[in-house]
Amino acid sequence: MRQHHDMGGSPAGPVERKEHDYALWEKRVDALMVLLSARGLLRVDELRRNIEALPPDAYDRMSYYERWISAIANTLLQRGLVTTDELGRKMSEIEAREGGA
Amino acid sequence: MSAAPRFQPGARVRVRRADPPGHIRAPWYIRGSTGEIERLCGAFPNPEELAYSRPGLPAQPLYRVRFRQRELWPDYAGAAQDTIEVEIYQHWLEPAG
Repeated sequence: MRQHHDMGGSPAGPVERKEHDYALWEKRVDALMVLLSARGLLRVDELRRNIEALPPDAYDRMSYYERWISAIANTLLQRGLVTTDELGRKMSEIEAREGGA
Repeated sequence: MSAAPRFQPGARVRVRRADPPGHIRAPWYIRGSTGEIERLCGAFPNPEELAYSRPGLPAQPLYRVRFRQRELWPDYAGAAQDTIEVEIYQHWLEPAG
């Protein structure tokens, strides 16, 4: 069965060509990816695998850099570089600091 | 360390029709199609293995393969000589008559 992301050749609408500004968090995700790759802690192929593994509705709903940060987090968990507990506690800490989400 | 190239430019090849899970670099739409080797692009660690943090060695030859648009898309309205080129790793290719 065709995987959801593998949509080459499927009917699609026109390509939207307009440029847009990136939010600060998106630039940070990009920088994180560059640094992790440079230090050999993540391969782009692992990132792609984790993006492709997103459920179809999440794949369609998430923005480009939301897919990236999700895949970066999953790769670091798979490699044992962070634990779910560490990540969960840090996320709670930031939510509390930023006034909750 | 690289696997030896099996195909020369001009050789007819078929893309294997397989559907394994994981990170696959042969696009779905081209699997099962027959084309012609345009060139050997080099050999690279297998991205399907790199995707699982493994070394992907021996490096796999990567080819640019040329297909006729009319053979890919039943309703293709362009010229008969129109082609599309797809870069495909050797382990996805088999000889075609």
